[in-house]
Amino acid sequence: MAQLIGGLGTSHIPAIGGAIHKGLQQDPYWKPFFDGFPPIHAWLKEKQPDVIVLFYNDHGLNFFLDKMPTFAVGAAAQYHNADEGWGIPTLSPLQGELDLSWQIINTLVEKEFDIVTCQEMLVDHACTLPLKLFWPNGDAPVTVVPVCINTVQFPLPKPGRVYALGKAVGEAIRAWDSSKKVAVMASGGLSHQLDGERAGFINKAFDLQFLDSLDTNPEWATQFSVHELVEKTGTQGVELLMWLAMRGALATGGGPKVRRVSSNYHIPISNTATAVLALEAC
Amino acid sequence: MSAPLPKIPGTTPFDGDQARKGYALNKMCFSFNEAANRAEFQKDEEAYMRKYGLNEQQTAAIRARNVLQLIAAGGNAYYLAKFAGIFGLDMQDIGAQQTGMTKDEFKAKLVAANNQ
Repeated sequence: MAQLIGGLGTSHIPAIGGAIHKGLQQDPYWKPFFDGFPPIHAWLKEKQPDVIVLFYNDHGLNFFLDKMPTFAVGAAAQYHNADEGWGIPTLSPLQGELDLSWQIINTLVEKEFDIVTCQEMLVDHACTLPLKLFWPNGDAPVTVVPVCINTVQFPLPKPGRVYALGKAVGEAIRAWDSSKKVAVMASGGLSHQLDGERAGFINKAFDLQFLDSLDTNPEWATQFSVHELVEKTGTQGVELLMWLAMRGALATGGGPKVRRVSSNYHIPISNTATAVLALEAC
Repeated sequence: MSAPLPKIPGTTPFDGDQARKGYALNKMCFSFNEAANRAEFQKDEEAYMRKYGLNEQQTAAIRARNVLQLIAAGGNAYYLAKFAGIFGLDMQDIGAQQTGMTKDEFKAKLVAANNQ
């Protein structure tokens, strides 16, 4: 059976794409963010995952309001990036992992998550930037299964439901008849708000408590409604749903035990509080 | 019907009401993913807005480049970002405009969030 080795999480701010492109990793503004990565690079080098299941939210590249899925699972051999309209460089396509895509799709529907499946799917900066951050040299040596969670149009899925989705994905990975090593990844957040008079809202205390909860009390954030999460973390802070899904996937198999490999929290990059995390499944 | 949710100050969750109101505006902004469409808009904004059927409120908000007015007209942050991108505006420009600050003041507010 496939091995689920752990989980990764990172913010995916578009400006990071520009900073990487211009080589600004040591610039005083960017350094505190990029400095969170080397310990995780070392862990990845040791663990060598083959496949990444990537929980992310689309920002209006692949999905429009004409058809807006709550949960969508990629089932493509290749996922292309494309022009998002505001000038960050388009990155090379990601390679899919079709057998695991269908393993996840079949398992999710069996467990009554009636997802949308996508044999064609453009992936935006929320997919491409995390891979670039975790594997800065060249293309990431992994295949991917993107799982898109709606954060664009309310109602968004409930935090408890997202955690359960993650758990079902974790079970699908562990039951996959393959010798490959898989990691789950969350792309998003933490607290930030781009729109409205409350733009620039950041909630450091909540973010730090949330990050702590991922070690030993991973269901902590499921006590909140989506509306409460917006109030506490901002309209885009709800991207922490991706982190809940990632953590849910690890709460399978031997139980919810994880080891924190490394983490970093920094304010601000662009308008957000940023976080980076790696958890090893025990 | 469920009871209305408590209002969050300075915040407009993009719910069904907003999605219905803003469909034409958001569809136009979604089209700005493509360079050819951005160029067509810049060549003749009024014609491009007519093509997408924007209403008076949306048309006025686009002309004014005013983000709060665009949100009031049903605009969604993710799609509006593509409109802002045409003018090279970043998220601090947009944040400053919405909060009535200068860009430097807005950036200072973000840095100050460290001291919470």
